[in-house]
Amino acid sequence: MNKEELKIRLGELFPAAVFEEGGEWTTATVDATVWKGLARDVRSAGELEMDYLFCVTAVDWKTHITMVYHLTSTVHRHTLIVKVKLDRVRPEIDTVSDIWRTAELHEREAYDLMGVIFIGHPDLRRLFMTDEWKGWPLRKDYEDPVNMIKL
Amino acid sequence: MDVNPEHTTGRLLRQPDQPAAAGGAAGEGGGAVPFPGEVHPTAGGGILVTKLDEVINWARSNSLWPLVFGTSCCAIEMMSTAAAKYDWSRFGFEVARATPRQADVIIIAGTIVNKMAPVLKRLYDQMADPKYVIAMGACATSGGPFFYNTYSVVKGADHVIPVDVYVAGCPPRPEALLHALITLQEKIKNGVS
Repeated sequence: MNKEELKIRLGELFPAAVFEEGGEWTTATVDATVWKGLARDVRSAGELEMDYLFCVTAVDWKTHITMVYHLTSTVHRHTLIVKVKLDRVRPEIDTVSDIWRTAELHEREAYDLMGVIFIGHPDLRRLFMTDEWKGWPLRKDYEDPVNMIKL
Repeated sequence: MDVNPEHTTGRLLRQPDQPAAAGGAAGEGGGAVPFPGEVHPTAGGGILVTKLDEVINWARSNSLWPLVFGTSCCAIEMMSTAAAKYDWSRFGFEVARATPRQADVIIIAGTIVNKMAPVLKRLYDQMADPKYVIAMGACATSGGPFFYNTYSVVKGADHVIPVDVYVAGCPPRPEALLHALITLQEKIKNGVS
């Protein structure tokens, strides 16, 4: 499927999805509550078959946090980006590690550095930072007077 | 023909006093650290030991075995320096060792983060004496681009281990690393390092 076909098909499946114009790939913004269902559907639907989650990103916008999921199909060679807006104080979202196994590690990273809580994740703990580390280092308001020299 | 036996004897008798007097003036009077490589007159002997040191330093400097160690993009430049185009084996560095126990010099090629610092310390401790350290690039020298607003980077590898030669650049060109390696050789040859 090309970019436009993918957009139309997804619009049929998820009327609530908001699409971005421009960019290389189809980009859809959805609500956190529908994310898990959408993930299951795009993974299993025969004409979409997004079998590869190749990037999980968390973006700190200071007012909110956005999760960005890059999905692709190794069968149909099309790519989809899904963005989910989260509350910054309690950033919670359903895990997709049961749909794409690779998400297990990627979500741990997002938790470690951005503090996003993935509900239902089997092993949500620190990845790069030490176990006793306090705070989320990649957040814009992160302060560490011991290790950081502020400019 | 006109050699005066008394004169000769006198010189021989005076000689042991000379270094004592000179040492008292330079060492105790000024309290200064002798300049490295300075020639110190010693009584009678000394020549053999000095020459032996020079030979050992010459041998060491021309056969420095670097450790295979690279933590970021500087390592790519280091590999380029080792490869055919720049070829650091022209100066005696060809035997890169994968174990610190066989290496003479560690080139810190890249950023040292807090998690890597104890590993670097252990590698350095495992190297046999004499051992030398080159801090390659801005990260290893001072933290470089990661000096400000970073929670994870050590601001200079010399917080962890002593460094002999610093190389500027981000990353330094292979020529700069070659210059650093030759500088290290000069230091060793002069008995500084």
